[in-house]
Amino acid sequence: MVQSSQATGGLVSIPALLQRNAVLFAEKAAYREKEFGIWQSWTWAETEKEIEALALGLINLGVNEGDFIAIIGRNRPYFYFAMVAAQSVGAVPVPVYNDSAADEMEYILGHCGARFAIVEDQEQVDKIIEIQEHLHQFEHMIYIDPRGMRKYDHHALHEYSHVQDQGRAAYDEYITDLVERREKLTYDSICVMLYTSGTTGRPKGVVLSNRNVIESSKNSSEFDNLTADEEILSYLPMAWVGDFIFSVGQAYWCGFCVNCPESAETMITDLREIGPTYFFAPPRVFETQLTSVMIRMEDAGRIKRSMFQKYMAHAKKVGGDILDGKPVSAGDRLKYSIGNRLIFGPLKDTLGLGRVRVGYTAGEAIGPEIFEFYRSLGINLKQLYGQTEATVFITAQPDGEVRADTVGVPSPDVEIKIADNGEIFYRSPGTFVEYYKNPESTASTKDAEGWVATGDAGFFDDKNGHLRIIDRAKDVGKMADGSMFAPKYVENKLKFYPDILEVVLFGDGKDRCVAFINIDLTAVGNWAERNNIAYASYQELAGHPRVLDTIQEHVETVNKSVAEDPMLSGCQIHRFLILHKELDADDGEMTRTRKVRRVVVADKFNDLVEALYDGSSEVSTVTEVTYEDGRKGSISATLDLRDAAVVSTAAKVAAE
Amino acid sequence: MSTQESYVTEDGRTIGPTVMEMKNITLRFGGVKAITDISFDIREGEVRAIIGPNGAGKSSMLNVISGFYVPQEGEVWYKGKKRPPMKPYQVAEQGIARTFQNIALFEGMTVLDNVMTGRIRQMNSGLLSQAIWRGKAEKEEIENREAVEKIIDFLEIQAIRKTPVGRLPYGLKKRVELARALAAEPSILLLDEPMAGMNVEEKEDMSRFILDMNDEFGTTIALIEHDMGVVMDLSDRVVVMDYGKKIGDGTPDEVRSNQAVIDAYLGVAHD
Repeated sequence: MVQSSQATGGLVSIPALLQRNAVLFAEKAAYREKEFGIWQSWTWAETEKEIEALALGLINLGVNEGDFIAIIGRNRPYFYFAMVAAQSVGAVPVPVYNDSAADEMEYILGHCGARFAIVEDQEQVDKIIEIQEHLHQFEHMIYIDPRGMRKYDHHALHEYSHVQDQGRAAYDEYITDLVERREKLTYDSICVMLYTSGTTGRPKGVVLSNRNVIESSKNSSEFDNLTADEEILSYLPMAWVGDFIFSVGQAYWCGFCVNCPESAETMITDLREIGPTYFFAPPRVFETQLTSVMIRMEDAGRIKRSMFQKYMAHAKKVGGDILDGKPVSAGDRLKYSIGNRLIFGPLKDTLGLGRVRVGYTAGEAIGPEIFEFYRSLGINLKQLYGQTEATVFITAQPDGEVRADTVGVPSPDVEIKIADNGEIFYRSPGTFVEYYKNPESTASTKDAEGWVATGDAGFFDDKNGHLRIIDRAKDVGKMADGSMFAPKYVENKLKFYPDILEVVLFGDGKDRCVAFINIDLTAVGNWAERNNIAYASYQELAGHPRVLDTIQEHVETVNKSVAEDPMLSGCQIHRFLILHKELDADDGEMTRTRKVRRVVVADKFNDLVEALYDGSSEVSTVTEVTYEDGRKGSISATLDLRDAAVVSTAAKVAAE
Repeated sequence: MSTQESYVTEDGRTIGPTVMEMKNITLRFGGVKAITDISFDIREGEVRAIIGPNGAGKSSMLNVISGFYVPQEGEVWYKGKKRPPMKPYQVAEQGIARTFQNIALFEGMTVLDNVMTGRIRQMNSGLLSQAIWRGKAEKEEIENREAVEKIIDFLEIQAIRKTPVGRLPYGLKKRVELARALAAEPSILLLDEPMAGMNVEEKEDMSRFILDMNDEFGTTIALIEHDMGVVMDLSDRVVVMDYGKKIGDGTPDEVRSNQAVIDAYLGVAHD
């Protein structure tokens, strides 16, 4: 387990990598951000200067070694600088989700005892001022955007650029101290602490060492042959481990360029302008893009549409094989290259994926159709499986061995074993140090030999040695008759329909399964528009009988497919309803990474679950909702409950 | 009145001396009196609201300020000088910009181009120079584009920068109109019902932008608004009109407790 730092050339910390890059890639762009309509950029040499000035400023403000500094904002170079500046002075950066509610933020800042926070703007400053009296260790706040901040009391509040100015002014005074602190960093120093949103309980602070981050970055960069010439777009939350590895770990290891969008809304435009070569997105992003392409093709002229359909059909046939380097006939290749000129190339450019050399998706299962669509266009989209505790990488698909239903082979230096109950365990140089101030959880997750329980159930495919994930180990339950209950397996099948956004399946310990469904407002809304169905809200559309009919068809199709697997045929959906509200992180129904909190949902909508089981045909309910600004309201609705046809396994066995 | 001294508000803004004063304004359309003998002042750096029920003459008042209507009686004093009757474009040249109740943007042009039109006053290179795009014209365009980009950033409309205005929803169009008015770097900004037809969230956003504009750029703002809640929260002082007459003038608290105002809003029989 113990790796020496020789493999990484004595580069034992992110600040050390920065010093190397400032010389090796001095004039190459390190970070870019679109602001005032123009891409502003910082070379590696400039990045080093920016970080140094901020680090000196932090010393000037009294940051001690071992302090925790909360970083709260959207992806901007300033925050990436701040993380490395914090490391340079021996402090630990703690990126926090910038859309966290005040109490979530209070918990995290209180738990790590942060003395400093570097935040984006007035909104975040206000949020922290609100919770400040409960945070006994908290002292100073640094903000980037001065708008609206003029009237605030600036005793313990500082503008980012001023802190840098003060740092530059105090250069002579503190530079020796800074260099000393920087050189004290070792492979075992804490690199970053990330709070996992977790589907249950309070977030846990995952401590990652320089070894974890640098080894994982090195291994994964070599696995995909990443070079200094890559361009990435950083748009996923900074508090998520993936963004830290892509935008800091791998970026510093390889020396490639990190691009930050102008705002969350301009992400698609910025993606197109940058044309990243290395791209990560959760399945949801690919789904949304595909949905919008399909919707726009429906509205396109007849010639365009028929060309699109003709060539996409051909791409579906041979595109994936061409990408995997499998033999394809010359005629098919010619036709594909014509399609590439006419359709695929322009489409990829429109999507901003024209230059992608390595693309990844993870976090949730991706629909096979969606996955194949991007692959057939010639985009090298792959899947990986990872978690915060592993510093991302557990398994990943190598080039040319890509399948929709697996997550690939173990990443370099990662060992995997599968327990008797199906739970996956791993051990790797990326294995986290501990959960901060939580030895019980650390002990229950990581054993003495360094094996970490993932909490996911899965198995290795006999044919190709790839790992397949079924569900969360704790969510896999038993039905009343003892057969297996794997909710996610069924939910994912339904979620692959573009008009279904979210599904929650119930049935653990019961004799049959029932489901809640959220429709996708974009897809169903467009369908409603084309069919002249007027609606005023999500709730109204969700209750429309024709929408219910369509969803019922989907449910019944899925039931047929579920029934084909004898182990899981008990998970067919007997009854369902379409929820009157979208599940939302603000209401605590989902995590910030948009994973459903099953227990919360079951508890909150208990009356609906009961109604599904007691056979009533409709149910009235009142639900509390929380608005973005924290106010509460309630919505009431009467929901239709539908029966879905199921395939009787007994009958099937008899027929066979 | 115009020698009032500056003071600092509770929230730390400086309100300067009177910048504009309306003296005994009366406006008639034929036999109809739209405005009868109204006087009030606008001080530098304040948010001044004009409220009143439908048909009270609020928009007419704004049109008098912007020079669109010339009142039959009364005087308009601006920056210590009596203003002779002038055309709206001359008023604009003096640094008074406005938005409209029914949105008056160039629908086919992009948001960026629309906001750029607000900079016309700052551009003075000749037609020829503009056409061949050399020297002054180029330099000017770059400077003005920069100013416009700062406003786009301020009003958070980056995502629609290149979108034709005609394709935008109502709330965003209102914001673009505000951007264009702001691009003129006005010393007084007139807003004609900036929140009309908006939902609660859009109203909150717009209020935030108005306060920030006033705070960041020190822009004096005169606005007309229906939504009493919004007005009371935003304004430093409020003029209340009813049937073309001024029935109240003062801070939101004073106005709120003014019997004539309460009557006008709750409705009493007019004899």
